[in-house]
Amino acid sequence: METLLNDFSPGLFAVSTILLLALIALMVKFAWKPILNSLEERESGIENALAAAENARKEMQNLQADNQRLIKEARAERDALMKEARDISNNIISEAKEGAKEVTAVLIEKAQASIIQEKQAALAEIKKNVAELSIGIAETVIRKELSNKEDQLKLVEEILKDVTLN
Amino acid sequence: MYNMIGAGLIVIGAGIGLGQIGGKAMEGIARQPEATGKIQTAMIIIAALLEGLAFGALFLGK
Amino acid sequence: MKIAQKTIKFLTITAIALFTTASFAVNSDQKHDTENDGGRVNTKNEVDAYILHHIKDSHDFSLWSYTNDAGERKHVGFPLPIIIWTTEGLVTFMSSEFHHNDDGHVIVEKKGLKFAKIHSKIYELDQEATTVSFDADHHATNAHKVLDFSITKSVFGIILIGLLLLFWFSRLAKQYKTKQVPTGFARVLEPLVLYVRDEIARPNIGDKHYRRFTGYLLTVFFFIWVLNLAGLTPLGFNVTGQLAVTACLAIFTLIIYSASGTKGYWMHMLWMPGVPILIRPILAIIELAGALIIKPFSLLVRLFANISAGHIVVMSLIAIMFTLKESLGVVGATGLSFVLSFFILLIEVLVAFLQAYIFTMLSALFIGMAVDDHAEAH
Repeated sequence: METLLNDFSPGLFAVSTILLLALIALMVKFAWKPILNSLEERESGIENALAAAENARKEMQNLQADNQRLIKEARAERDALMKEARDISNNIISEAKEGAKEVTAVLIEKAQASIIQEKQAALAEIKKNVAELSIGIAETVIRKELSNKEDQLKLVEEILKDVTLN
Repeated sequence: MYNMIGAGLIVIGAGIGLGQIGGKAMEGIARQPEATGKIQTAMIIIAALLEGLAFGALFLGK
Repeated sequence: MKIAQKTIKFLTITAIALFTTASFAVNSDQKHDTENDGGRVNTKNEVDAYILHHIKDSHDFSLWSYTNDAGERKHVGFPLPIIIWTTEGLVTFMSSEFHHNDDGHVIVEKKGLKFAKIHSKIYELDQEATTVSFDADHHATNAHKVLDFSITKSVFGIILIGLLLLFWFSRLAKQYKTKQVPTGFARVLEPLVLYVRDEIARPNIGDKHYRRFTGYLLTVFFFIWVLNLAGLTPLGFNVTGQLAVTACLAIFTLIIYSASGTKGYWMHMLWMPGVPILIRPILAIIELAGALIIKPFSLLVRLFANISAGHIVVMSLIAIMFTLKESLGVVGATGLSFVLSFFILLIEVLVAFLQAYIFTMLSALFIGMAVDDHAEAH
């Protein structure tokens, strides 16, 4: 302790106190303040840039998600449209088929009806023809009858030969 | 003469203390390598306090 | 432009070098040398004395000395001004008037007062005395110390390193005006500044308060570190090994953490809550002693002792060259001295940083304790 106190120089202490105070003041004013300020400025700049980049990335992600969603929706819509169209066409086809069936059925019925009609008309005409024919024969027969019996028969046969039953 | 014995005792004590600090710090680092920085800082601070004590005693005795 | 600058720099350095060696310095003082070999350092006692002399502050800046052909002892270096406060007021003269004498044999007369330099301290002789007389313990009996405000080697070192720091860091500060990232030497300084701020100031003081103290911590850190490193160069500064300088630094820290202490900090120190009333005064005394005496004392003694011890060890190992010349031979002693002092110097470079780090770290820690809002912590 004694040697320590002996070594201690109050003059040097005073001088170094003054010098150090001056050094600290000068360093703070001319070096540390501007350095620390610009360092902090730079750091906050970097932080802001990082935050901006992060935001941009998030926006990108959002946009991409939006795009995905839009694409999905469009696809779904398209699928729905296709399905609808297919249904409609199927309907149309089946309806057409049914319509055709009905039409043919009606036509067939009509044809059948006309066939029956024709048939009846034909039969009626035949009947009329037969009746006329028989009346003609009968007339002739009746005309010849009075002259000769044999001739009469012959005549009937001849007429009958001409007649073709249609 | 007595001064020198005292100084020896101080150095022995400080040496034991420093050894303890260093050894335990090593153990800690081996156990948790991820905490190396923190352990080193604490180790240096405690070693410095011990050193200050030892020097103080040495100079008071001188 | 650049070439011109370099040329000017070179010329300046050369001029300083020539000026130093040629005009300032070579003083001969053969008549005051008591030893026959002209002050050479050879024996163990002389080595011890030389080391102790080096550890102390000195009033002149001497680089080396040699004996010329005529047997004169020549000192290369330059004298520094002596400024002392005596019984007759301020007295100034150059240290060359003592002719490198350090044992009180050379008496300088100024303003009717007589001065002698004994072990790097200036003594004022009593009125009637003409020579210094010593008692058995080699203490001067008829002289007393004076207040010495001289530009000693340490003061010179402080000014030199202070200007260097100012130059470096103001240049770094200027660089930020024009660019984002500094270039050149400033690029080395920037991470160091960031290191002190982010590893020492911020974690120990806390995010809220650290800005106020960063300037002080940065100044102290670089001041101690660069001076420690300068002490390892052959210039032979031992500024951070001067008790007065480290005491000054420690007292600055003490003032800062005492002045910025919060109410909670003083409450916890003087009238600790949650402790029996009778114990409180005892605790207050212990805490006060810890904060006002032990903390700064450990700060100042640690730095002083580490740096002084480092210088003593390095110089002792270099002195192996002379002290072991008899037993190991010239080559053996020189080789051993080189190897040992080289490794110790490497360790000293580490210690130089470590001591600056610890001083700054502990200062930050003490400040952090004082400004921490721990009123309701317990």
